[in-house]
Amino acid sequence: MTFELILFYVFGAILLGGALAMISVRNPVHAALFLVVCFVAAAAIWLLAEAEFLGIVLVLVYVGAVMVLFLFVVMMLDINLAKLREGFTEYLPVGIVVALAMATVLVLVITRYITMEVPERAGPEYANTEALGAILYTDYVYPFEIAAVILLVAIIAAISLTMRKRPDNKSIDPGQQMAVSRDDRVRMVAMPSEKKRAPRRDAQGPARGTSDGDASK
Amino acid sequence: MITLEHYLVLAALLFSISVAGIFLNRKNVIVLLMCIELMLLAVNINFIAFSFFLQDLAGQVFVFFILTVAAAEAAIGLAILVLLFRNRGTINVQDLDAMKG
Repeated sequence: MTFELILFYVFGAILLGGALAMISVRNPVHAALFLVVCFVAAAAIWLLAEAEFLGIVLVLVYVGAVMVLFLFVVMMLDINLAKLREGFTEYLPVGIVVALAMATVLVLVITRYITMEVPERAGPEYANTEALGAILYTDYVYPFEIAAVILLVAIIAAISLTMRKRPDNKSIDPGQQMAVSRDDRVRMVAMPSEKKRAPRRDAQGPARGTSDGDASK
Repeated sequence: MITLEHYLVLAALLFSISVAGIFLNRKNVIVLLMCIELMLLAVNINFIAFSFFLQDLAGQVFVFFILTVAAAEAAIGLAILVLLFRNRGTINVQDLDAMKG
């Protein structure tokens, strides 16, 4: 048994153990953390198959971004765990039977019909990232751009789905502010100009004076 | 020496475990989404193994795109989940019967 094979078995055992723990734990937070364990073990197995770039991408993008998103959502939602666990034991036999049947068939097919020569290990001068980039930006440049568009669609969809108007928010829409015209703010009132009534003003003069005097006292 | 069968059997077992997970946790949408991620991981292990044994980088390019699509799927799925919880107050699959399908 070579050292490579020992590493493969160790990380494979971690991967399968993490997967089994993920599907059977009660708490979704623990399930997400076990899924992180699975991803890290899978990244190690990808490294053994000379897929260094994708192994590192799996850790950075999956463990660093997607699983953090999962954890964030799991912790944000206030879930009634007991209700979600109803029927776990009820479906346990069905799940085990289906999984065992599927695993048996797949393993039989794989071990009987699929064999391939093990290729030579690449030398130290081989750069997986460089080789991947060389074909990704030439042969696969259009699929690459479509993948970028898919990510853009995902961003827009996620934001537009979860954005909501808060009723207690008093901020004003800047577009609405800019669209205001003069007529919305200023009201011109047509009034007849006051007529001169000279004799009446003379009669009021002394009366106003006395009222002022009263107020000052 | 790690042969192709090692990788394929590992991926097959992982896929079977995630299928069992979908059966067991059929009420909890979050764990269902995690099981789908695990299935995609199993498929990716197959792609990587064949890419190595055939000495063809196309398999790794496929894994790259699968990772992209899976990330988009997780983002939209979780956004729908948050919206669902905000509107209905539950993520139990049994309660999501508004469409009577």
